[in-house]
Amino acid sequence: MTLTHRPLLEGLLLAMWLIVNESLALHHWLLGIAFALGIAALMRALRPKIAHPRRLLVALQLSWHVLCDVVRSNLAVGRIILGTLHQQPKIGFMKIPLELRDPHGLAALSVIITATPGTVWAGHDPANNVLTLHVLDLQDEAAWLHTIKQRYERPLMEIFE
Amino acid sequence: MNGAELSPWIALPAAALLVAGGLLALVGSLGLLRLNHFYARIHAPTMGNTLGAGCVLLASMLTSSALAGRPVIHELLITVFLLLTSPVTTMLLMRAAVFRNESGRDRQGDTP
Repeated sequence: MTLTHRPLLEGLLLAMWLIVNESLALHHWLLGIAFALGIAALMRALRPKIAHPRRLLVALQLSWHVLCDVVRSNLAVGRIILGTLHQQPKIGFMKIPLELRDPHGLAALSVIITATPGTVWAGHDPANNVLTLHVLDLQDEAAWLHTIKQRYERPLMEIFE
Repeated sequence: MNGAELSPWIALPAAALLVAGGLLALVGSLGLLRLNHFYARIHAPTMGNTLGAGCVLLASMLTSSALAGRPVIHELLITVFLLLTSPVTTMLLMRAAVFRNESGRDRQGDTP
């Protein structure tokens, strides 16, 4: 068997198995490897397209940025909710043209956007590659555009394309 | 296993994290009550799902590691699973609402 890809999914599944069992004993390794190979093979039958992420450093930096943004927007959304006594937030949709084409990159982008409080991925037009974003407090469209394009999309393109 | 063997250096930060996580989840749930539009309410529970859950899981890691006398990292898996699943439900709800508005069954564009 030749290795046509880096065994990323297998590695993650094995790590999950070892963490769940809280053991590095030999039989857990063997069982874990068997499960990882089996599930990864099934997965490839379901979804033949394999992601080829690169640039671990960029990925770590992106994760850190996302973590910071999640904390920041949690506080921002909390403030908005506590402020609803005086006024409701100005909700709105905005369209963002994307350059990212890789389906795994788009999936990652959708999870990042939706996991951050205050923004939800509301749709994507694959023909024109335009993302519809829903924002809880749409004050400054340019700032959101900049965050999505520069902070998230650019590193994702480096990682997945 | 009882609370007596837990040093205050672990117990206090863990308690603070639990209170913070609880408050975040509470404010997020309050948003469901107070925000007046579906599209606004969809953003509120994300708070409890992200930072709220994160605080509780961090507290759990701290106390279980201290009690077990070794690093316990099961909670990282919970974080990963939350991160993979909750955005999918949110997007599904959002898409359903958008579709309902576009299909014109809801003339005011005002999904309750």
